[in-house]
Amino acid sequence: MTAVCPACVAGPTPEDIAAASPGLQFSLPTIHCAACIGKIERGLATLRGVQGVRVNLSLKRLTVNGQVGVETVQAALTDLGFESYPLDAQALNTSRDDRERALLTRMAVAGFAMMNIMLLSVAVWSGATDATRDLFHLISAAIALPVIMYSGQPFFTNAWSALKVQRLNMDVPISLAILLAAGSSLYETLHGGEHAYFDAAVALTFFLLIGRYMDHRTRSAARSAAKELTALEVHQADRITDGAVQSVPVAQLAVGDTILVPCGARVPVDGVLQSQAALMDRSFLTGESAAISLESGAVLQAGEINLTAPFEMRATAVGEDTTLRQMAALVETAENGRNSYTALADKAAALYAPLVHILSFVAFLGWYVFTGDMRQSINIAIAVLIITCPCALGLAVPAVSTAAISRMFSAGFLVKHATALERLAEVTTVVFDKTGTLTRPSVAAISRLLSQDQAIAKALAQASHHPLSRAIVAALPDVQAAKISDVHEVPGQGVTATWNGLVVRLGRGAWLGADFDGLGLRVGATAPQMIEAPEALREGVLEALDDIDLPCEVVTGDTAAAADALARKIDLPVLADARPADKLGRLDALAAQGHKVLMVGDGLNDTAALASAHASIAPAAALEASRSASDIVILKESFADLPLMIRVARGASRLAHQNFTIATVYNVIAVPVAIAGYASPLIAALAMSASSITVLLNSQRIRWIK
Amino acid sequence: MNVLVILIPVSLILGGIGLVAFLWTVRSDQYDDAQGNAARILLDDD
Repeated sequence: MTAVCPACVAGPTPEDIAAASPGLQFSLPTIHCAACIGKIERGLATLRGVQGVRVNLSLKRLTVNGQVGVETVQAALTDLGFESYPLDAQALNTSRDDRERALLTRMAVAGFAMMNIMLLSVAVWSGATDATRDLFHLISAAIALPVIMYSGQPFFTNAWSALKVQRLNMDVPISLAILLAAGSSLYETLHGGEHAYFDAAVALTFFLLIGRYMDHRTRSAARSAAKELTALEVHQADRITDGAVQSVPVAQLAVGDTILVPCGARVPVDGVLQSQAALMDRSFLTGESAAISLESGAVLQAGEINLTAPFEMRATAVGEDTTLRQMAALVETAENGRNSYTALADKAAALYAPLVHILSFVAFLGWYVFTGDMRQSINIAIAVLIITCPCALGLAVPAVSTAAISRMFSAGFLVKHATALERLAEVTTVVFDKTGTLTRPSVAAISRLLSQDQAIAKALAQASHHPLSRAIVAALPDVQAAKISDVHEVPGQGVTATWNGLVVRLGRGAWLGADFDGLGLRVGATAPQMIEAPEALREGVLEALDDIDLPCEVVTGDTAAAADALARKIDLPVLADARPADKLGRLDALAAQGHKVLMVGDGLNDTAALASAHASIAPAAALEASRSASDIVILKESFADLPLMIRVARGASRLAHQNFTIATVYNVIAVPVAIAGYASPLIAALAMSASSITVLLNSQRIRWIK
Repeated sequence: MNVLVILIPVSLILGGIGLVAFLWTVRSDQYDDAQGNAARILLDDD
């Protein structure tokens, strides 16, 4: 490998670095331009131990090589102003996508062959005769036949597997058209005939491979994104055996094991609390925003988050028996219903395939009956097959959905499900979950505190995983945390520490000895100060609700008081105290009224609703079960683009229908010409290219939807 | 017409060179990050 500049010679080559360590991977949903790449690559290169940094803008992913910790990189990224999510490199399975590469190669070969055959065909069309024409046809055959054998394979295998189970798909007429065109052209060539369709056969292969490649890219982007999200989860747990802590995969835990749950971690399996006390965040499971305080012997469910000190628990149900898994099983049954949705392209194929076959067979019969000329009848039938131009139909949907999905991805919306776009375009009502979706904990008026108190509050808050503590840290980004010592957290009460010889405490009012019940801060013997902690709306929620042109409502598992507070803020109907079954019931009721519901939610209590809704969206921070139940995952914090995405989906469906119309109009004009016997190879080539290119260009209009 | 004996192989060879060049770009991962590569030309420092 040669280096471009002298400085590069001194540094290790990328290959050296790749060999040295597997590298850390991060998802960066908010990057979008050259400036972001430059800022991140320059910013991280100065970190100690970093050997190589590479941003992939198409995948919005960052790879860091060298001896450096995940937290260090993440902190540096936060300082640079980027959201980041660390990914588990093993779960990511970084092996290259060979199918995509194979498709690209087949496409290139078909394109090369098409250009050369066109060159020869132009000579034939402009009047080459006799031996010259036969020579050109023979050269065309020599190029076309091996190329069709190689490049056409994806269609042939698909068509064959459909025929084996006695069904028709889009690939059957395609394969038939390609093979018959090549076969009859070869016959014509060997018998000195006038018309050979080698150019049409290869052009058909080429255009269809473009569509196939686009389709594959869209799907593989969705697949790798889904894999990326799984890579966010940790599948390890700390088991205590004979006093020693050992990290084991969650799958190896057994009933009766004692497990240590660290601060901030999720409970891996169902069990019973063995330590004195614990404070749990159950909002993912129930939608309750308040933390729940538990005592020894209390029941714990997999998925809850430990907010305070590490505790020990004894497993009572593992693997498939945990409530979490049972919930996930429920989701899988609900998903089967969704799989019965027929995609637009399949609907078109179901109509198109039999129609084309019947049409060309009728043309063959008609000509054979009237002229008795077998050779000409076959030629007409083949001309009909070619000219009905499945290439525009094969491009109509993938061209639009590729453009739309990449547009949505660049806005931070990850489309996971193949038909999600079409279903999103059809929604008529939006149902939101509250906790974690529309709202998140926050602290108000913390700036009223003295700057010294702010520093203490931040230092105390940093020691805890409680959502409110995190909100305090987030609300004080510029404050330098005070130096405190002897920090410890009293489960269910708060954090206490020593600062300059004084006892400082952050926590519940009652625990601080104050007369209020909410969150407070007490420094030494001074009077406790109250910190207001209302739930704040997620960024962009108001803009989104303002902009959306569909009826919206909120269904939450939280208490009526919390629900009312939200209802006043956003002016939407709110249904409180809803259990998962109630949420599902509400969705079913809406569906029974003929509504197509878009569900937006993050908790495990939303999972069943997410899976049964017509379309569903979950934020990236949601539980794995919820994310896998939803069609679209929002990678960004802000919801502001939600209405735009619905418009993009609608635009995509409109453009796909337009594309079908364009293809149909071409067919309506060209088919009578073909049946009448006037479709020369020149006309076939023109009709095919013109309709494919119109369809491709029309799809690009998705970029201008506002 | 004898010129065809030269011109046809020439056109095939030129096309073939293009094809080989394209296959090389596919094999050396040049299509992995199309957007990123488009953006990188705007960066001064590498």
